[in-house]
Amino acid sequence: MTVDHRPATEAPAAYLGRYGLMLLIRLFETEMQRLFLKGEVHGTTHLCAGQEAVPVGICSALEADDYLAGTYRGHGHALAKGTDPDALLAEMLGRSTGVCGGRAGSMNVIDVEHGLVGCFGIVGGSIAAATGAALTGKRQGRVAVAMFGDGATNQGYFHECLNFAAVLALPAVYVCENNFYGEFTPMLKVTAGGDITARAAAYGIPAQTVDGNDLWAVREAALDAVQRARHGDGPSLLECQTYRHHGHSKADPARYRPPEEVERWLARDPLSVAKTRLQDLGVSEQEIADVETATKARIDHAVQTALAAPYPDPATEAATEFAP
Amino acid sequence: MSGGEQLEFRAAIREAIIEEMERDESVVLFGEDVAAEQGGVFAVTPGIQERFGAGRVFDTPISELAITGAAFGAAVTGLRPIIEIMFGDFMGLSMDSLVNQSAKYWYLSREQRSVPLVVRSAVGGGGRFGAIHSQTHATWFQGIAGLKIAFPSSPAEAKGLLKGAIRDDNPVIFLEHKRLYSVKAPAPASDEVVIELGRARTARPGSDITIVSAGKGAADALDAADQLARENGIDAEVIDLRTLRPLDLGTVLDSVARTNRLLAVEEGPTTGGWAAGLLGLIAEHGLHDLDDAWLLTTGELPIPYSPSLEDAFIPGAAAIVSAVRARAGIVHA
Repeated sequence: MTVDHRPATEAPAAYLGRYGLMLLIRLFETEMQRLFLKGEVHGTTHLCAGQEAVPVGICSALEADDYLAGTYRGHGHALAKGTDPDALLAEMLGRSTGVCGGRAGSMNVIDVEHGLVGCFGIVGGSIAAATGAALTGKRQGRVAVAMFGDGATNQGYFHECLNFAAVLALPAVYVCENNFYGEFTPMLKVTAGGDITARAAAYGIPAQTVDGNDLWAVREAALDAVQRARHGDGPSLLECQTYRHHGHSKADPARYRPPEEVERWLARDPLSVAKTRLQDLGVSEQEIADVETATKARIDHAVQTALAAPYPDPATEAATEFAP
Repeated sequence: MSGGEQLEFRAAIREAIIEEMERDESVVLFGEDVAAEQGGVFAVTPGIQERFGAGRVFDTPISELAITGAAFGAAVTGLRPIIEIMFGDFMGLSMDSLVNQSAKYWYLSREQRSVPLVVRSAVGGGGRFGAIHSQTHATWFQGIAGLKIAFPSSPAEAKGLLKGAIRDDNPVIFLEHKRLYSVKAPAPASDEVVIELGRARTARPGSDITIVSAGKGAADALDAADQLARENGIDAEVIDLRTLRPLDLGTVLDSVARTNRLLAVEEGPTTGGWAAGLLGLIAEHGLHDLDDAWLLTTGELPIPYSPSLEDAFIPGAAAIVSAVRARAGIVHA
């Protein structure tokens, strides 16, 4: 059955669950930072704290068997699509119980069972993966979503795939999480025209600029785009404007961002925005607190099980180069 | 097509695609001009869209990265795409998706899903297409774990190998040498002939020297072997590698154990070439069997346009004959 609940008619309880999922992502990232500093997360990692409303709002408009391709800042993409937090956290720690057995790590998570085509370490890679999934989805009645950042809109992947998908009327939704920085460089400094949404017009693709820190706004825009895709009306672009609370990666303290800009965005933390809205809708403090407690317990469980899990044993790791 | 008939190389490719599309609904074909009436610039795929419809066979924009990336995304969600990247030289544009997505997926996902994908391209020199429409991209990809590379040498081989590639659950880079498209030779014994990727074949048994190559090089080696037998009494064994990854080292080692001499022929530069790599592996595993081993490759230059320059640049059958004679100390007037 197709999801088609309009926010206006939906019970607040549904949003309480989505708030819990956003909080799950936030707490996951908090733990990632802590575990990275303890040396349990290896190499590098890219945190999405501050951007949670985007994947949660988008995925709330999808069916379980729809496809999503995420990025190297993809922990939120995976959790929103349904990846088990235990398996995801164990993957971050390189443990054998990880969703990819510790082979993929933070940047390259794949969870086929939950429709996560993959998270892609090359900027723009998710755009092609979702475009291809939409080719299959067209036969299956499924929709494919690409998540990508503002930086990806200057890659060949973006322009080639939007054109490709428009020409073939593919059931794809292209979701730009515009957090206004590509690594350390301001988006406006490297993006001609300065308007990502406007780029879609050249391809005849409907596009919308969305408040990416407002769960309700993201969900509403996603419902429209997903419905269009599923009805055979082709791809859409959603530019969800948001902000990452941390630097680009673990090596980046983000000193290039003006303090007043950071303050402005922190004041519009998507979790606070959602919580206030829930309260306005009459959800009780107790109901919210219960969700927060349960979510905290969920993450604690994920951390404990991941830390207790073994590393893969090179002696018994039976990898093959090719599928049989 | 039944056994014993003559089959043109381009028709062999077309037959393999049609037969596999008939057999498996999930096989789709797309690329630049593949659905056009002419069936692409080398007229390989005419009529296939008419047969299977625009849902399974369609033209795409000139967007190699999107074509290859979309094929990857389609392959991991249930389709079995055959894509055409018109000239192998254009594969640079496809590279990120092939190297960083398709090649890695089976391993990174811990075998959650494989990537059944075939990337066909026309390759090779001799057509006066110049430096940027004549390259053979096999070596650009040979060092990438997770990719298979097939390079057929005849119409029957092309048909069997392409059917094998389409049924293979892994990403396969499939090279079609331009100078083979119009070659006619006996068809496979039946439509059921499917060649599993990864096994070389002994194209001609011999006892004096092993000549190893792939694609048109293997066809040239066969011609050269006939001439060497006829004119010099040299009995050359020809090994057609069929795939450059996986590399069937065992078949070459077995041959060298009998002939003790190895010539590897590659239409490409020596440095970083597959032939040089093969020679290294033969030295590592079969040094005790070797009396002689050397390479016949191109110069370390881009492929020239002018017929006189290009013909001198590319090692064909005559160059193989000359190379073997020179090594054997045979002087021809």
